Amino acid sequence: MKKFKEKLSGLAFLVLALSSISVLLLITVFIVVQGASSIGREGLLNFVFGMKWAPSQDIYGIFPMIVGTLSVTLGAAIVGVPIGLCTSIFLAEFAPPFLRNIFRPAIQLLAAIPSVVYGFVGILFVVPFIRNFLGGPGLSILAASIVLGVMILPTVISICEVSLLSLPRQYKEGALALGLTRWQSILHVQLPAAKSGIVAAIILGIGRAVGETMAVIMVVGNATAMPESILDSVRTLTTNIGIEMGYAFGEHQEALFATGIILFVMIMIINGLAQSVVRRKSK
Amino acid sequence: MLKYSVALRRQGVGENKRVEAPGQKAKLKTESVDLFYGSYHALRDITMDIPACAITAIIGPSGCGKSSLLRLFNRANDLIPGARVEGQIYLDGEPIYGNATDVVLLRRRVGMVFQKPNLFPMSIYDNLAMGPRRHGIRRRAQLDEIAERSLRQVALWDELKDQLKKPGQELPVGQQQRLCIARALAIQPEVILMDESCSALDPASTMKVEELMEELAQQYTIMIVTHNMEQAVRVSDMAAFMMIDEDKVGRLVEYAPTVEMFSRPADKRTEDYITGRFG
Ligand SMILES: Nc1ncnc2c1ncn2[C@@H]1O[C@H](COP(=O)(O)OP(=O)(O)OP(=O)(O)O)[C@@H](O)[C@H]1O
Ligand SMILES: [Mg+2]
Repeated sequence: MKKFKEKLSGLAFLVLALSSISVLLLITVFIVVQGASSIGREGLLNFVFGMKWAPSQDIYGIFPMIVGTLSVTLGAAIVGVPIGLCTSIFLAEFAPPFLRNIFRPAIQLLAAIPSVVYGFVGILFVVPFIRNFLGGPGLSILAASIVLGVMILPTVISICEVSLLSLPRQYKEGALALGLTRWQSILHVQLPAAKSGIVAAIILGIGRAVGETMAVIMVVGNATAMPESILDSVRTLTTNIGIEMGYAFGEHQEALFATGIILFVMIMIINGLAQSVVRRKSK
Repeated sequence: MLKYSVALRRQGVGENKRVEAPGQKAKLKTESVDLFYGSYHALRDITMDIPACAITAIIGPSGCGKSSLLRLFNRANDLIPGARVEGQIYLDGEPIYGNATDVVLLRRRVGMVFQKPNLFPMSIYDNLAMGPRRHGIRRRAQLDEIAERSLRQVALWDELKDQLKKPGQELPVGQQQRLCIARALAIQPEVILMDESCSALDPASTMKVEELMEELAQQYTIMIVTHNMEQAVRVSDMAAFMMIDEDKVGRLVEYAPTVEMFSRPADKRTEDYITGRFG
């Protein structure tokens, strides 16, 4: 009887696990099937490296959007990772308990704010600031980078902090016993020891930035032309789908699914790269 | 006393070259030291002189404050929130408690080896070079030299010289612990504190580490904490017996040359402990 129960529960878990994988599989298949014909028609190179996106003329090139996605994501990482890492070091190593008890829930709250609110705050404060002080339309790569940089903070901070806190206490003790200062211990012993967790935090943060749509639509300007500076407006792959999917049909709709395929591939590449970094470094 | 007669004979009672001569220079001196963890009174009125270039063993039942005492000498208790020290400890006559002390510098002079090997998750070489590098040595040749010298000191050079790039944590535990000692030696400390540093080791590795201690004691002042009476007898020159008193506060009961303490303990409690009657 007991054995039977165990088997049954094992089976249940297997089914559940399979169902989550099969959802992923379904989504992948669906997107690929929907988008493949578009890529086939345009030719992969023309689609990926095409400079012009003009659905009314049936011209579908997404290269400026790939550049837009990459630059906004990189910008978000440049803004968010240093701040996030420093905050996590502060929380894990220096903050007195009462400050920690204020920071932690505050950071969790940051993750719970709907992205449309981030976009709204971006439009109200970040965009006018850039327009007035740096020039350009304000709706720009820079604005999106700043907004996204803040949005990835909770992810980066909490995962970095956990990976610092979960280090064996002996590393720090050993480092200080060798006459290292607290900073030297953090910089040369603790951070290197926690690097795989930190890289994971950055990957997940970047993943969040690549996938974010709503806030980006609101502050990035959505121009389909190739950007020339970070003050220019761009369109990202996600915002392209988000803006046009509502009214697209036929070839246009298929081209949007094809955009989704490219997004998918990009995320796969980012993950693969990051994992190989983790593996190489930990050797 | 029978239990220790073999070991005592091996150490050569009466003709031991390192038995403390009266007036020998004290490397470390504690002066009525009390230690508190918050409101918990852990150590009371510890006063002792630790001779230079000798091995001093701290023994006593579990929880009597041996580790706490040892950690006073490199101010490792500073890391514990709420820990407070009264009294003073002198290293070469200079007080180490007080605001004027450079704790980082103190820890370079007073090295520590822990109960379990605590190598950093990096290569053997980087472990050895960690201390010297952070203290400003950048030249590769000089670092190589330091790595070789400290590995030779712990007799690991021949075994490890071709695999310095290998992660230290992949070595067997016994070698890891000796590597930890080498890492401590790499910054050329004057005192080495070892808190039950053999307790995680097999007998063969324990013997190697003990031999190593005796060799190092010619140049370094060594303090060990051990639960192993035979070990204390085998390696130490001075022995300190600690116990908690009726208020549950750790006290120094007896402090004497090891041969003396183990052949003619002055205190009844010491005798009971070392003959295994309790503790
Ligand atoms: N960080 C701490 N905070 C509060 N109390 C502590 C702390 N460290 C040790 N103590 C207490 O101080 C007393 C002495 O502890 P210590 O670890 O020095 O004993 P010990 O003799 O080394 O014991 P053992 O033989 O088990 O290692 C114990 O009662 C212990 O509970
Ligand atoms: Mg202890």
